[in-house]
Amino acid sequence: MILFDGVTKLYANQERPALDEVSLEIEKGEFVFLVGPSGSGKSTFLRLVLREERPTKGQVWVAGKELNRLSNWKIPALRRQIGTVFQDFRLLPNKTVAENVAFALEVIGKPASHIRKVVPEVLEVVGLEGKEERRPDELSGGEQQRVAIARAFVNRPILLIADEPTGNLDPGTSVGIMKLLDRINQLGTTVVMSTHDQAIVDQMRRRVIELEGGHVVRDQSRGVYGYAR
Amino acid sequence: MRANFVASEVSSGIRRNLTMTMAVIITVAVSLGLFGASMLVRAQVSTMKDFWYDKVEVSIFLCGKGSDTPSCAGGPVTKAQRDQIKADLESLKPLVDSVYYESQAEAFARFQEQFKNSPIVDNVKPTALPESFRVKLSDPTKYDVVASAFAGRPGIEQVNDQRKILDKFFRLLGGLQLIALLIALSMLVVTVLLIVNTMRVAAFSRRRETSIMRLVGASNFYIQLPFLLEAAVAAGIGAILAVVGLVFVKIIVIDQVLATSFQFTAFVGWDAVLAIAPLMILVGVGLAAIAAFFTLRKYLRV
Repeated sequence: MILFDGVTKLYANQERPALDEVSLEIEKGEFVFLVGPSGSGKSTFLRLVLREERPTKGQVWVAGKELNRLSNWKIPALRRQIGTVFQDFRLLPNKTVAENVAFALEVIGKPASHIRKVVPEVLEVVGLEGKEERRPDELSGGEQQRVAIARAFVNRPILLIADEPTGNLDPGTSVGIMKLLDRINQLGTTVVMSTHDQAIVDQMRRRVIELEGGHVVRDQSRGVYGYAR
Repeated sequence: MRANFVASEVSSGIRRNLTMTMAVIITVAVSLGLFGASMLVRAQVSTMKDFWYDKVEVSIFLCGKGSDTPSCAGGPVTKAQRDQIKADLESLKPLVDSVYYESQAEAFARFQEQFKNSPIVDNVKPTALPESFRVKLSDPTKYDVVASAFAGRPGIEQVNDQRKILDKFFRLLGGLQLIALLIALSMLVVTVLLIVNTMRVAAFSRRRETSIMRLVGASNFYIQLPFLLEAAVAAGIGAILAVVGLVFVKIIVIDQVLATSFQFTAFVGWDAVLAIAPLMILVGVGLAAIAAFFTLRKYLRV
């Protein structure tokens, strides 16, 4: 699903690369935690997968495509296969829950009949039935993140990127979000999640990739957060 | 493509950015109005040329008693000279369309008619006015052929082309048209800069939407289309206002004021307005779309 082959990313005006000769592979259907301190390269890793950045050196393969050789006009097609969730939810405040989810389908030109059918379905999957007409500011943080996950998942992506999705949530709410991501993973979507949340990583017991200073310092299936240190 | 969705995005974008959109509409209207006006002046000049060049004549004035040009050194024109000139003019057909001889008596009668309210008539005697040939050319631009054949010949005092007098007037109108066009062009530059700025503000105020659109894989075309349409709609409204203004100029200024005050000449017809209006709309909308497109390429990158 994701293959990094000797990937180095050096940002302009910086001496130390954000990622340094990283090689790793993530298989289809995996659930992977990306851990490490701030500045260790987690965000760069995710941005490279989304083709928001290009590697300085090396190759990034996502869903069978080498992203360096992907022409600009094909990037939207790549991103339609990838759902993304962020720490800050990134919802549109002037749209309702249902409209926020529908927006993701409208802007890729899906027909209205399709949208009317799948939006209620996905809102049920994330447990927001009955709140379709609420606006984001009327929801709790956990509920807002569920809307964001619904939006990321509504197009049934083969890969879900979650950048610290529980970073703004309290532990109890985070558990609910993790159960939801686990469920999405079991529906066949590969999930890559960066996090600082030790309790969650220890509890889930999934593959853990730890980055530090741009290097992979640990890659462990069924890992915990702080094993190596 | 979901037309409803795009339409609602465009209308909400225009409402959100109303003051800037109004500014775009007004500058587009003013600059295109000037542009249209300068095109109209041009059409007017060409209408007047068609009208007047058909009527202008070349006048060949013959030597009279008081003539002092070298070609008149032999005194007033003789009958033989006059007959020869007439025969030579006739031989220049078909360039020479018609030749009319005006005697001193006829010239005096015409002079009296033209200046009948002026005391100058009392001081001019019939013999002071030269006799002349009035020559009408089939192609008025070939004046030089006649001039070179007759100017300086014994018995001919002067060869005059009325077209030269008209040309001075047309040059004045042409100059006015050029000034209007230059102002219109600089206004169009202002319009483009304003559209560029408006698009920047619009792209910034909707950066949440566009960043989400990018993430979920909307194509560039889909992300930029509402902005492009917004610019095009604003420019289109401005262009329509400019066309309405042009129609008013045609109805009120030209048909009701100028045409009734200056009945001796022809004025542009509706065909000129009909030719200019689509050009104005095309220039306005096209310019706005191009300006928006290049701005968005910079601010809404994948």
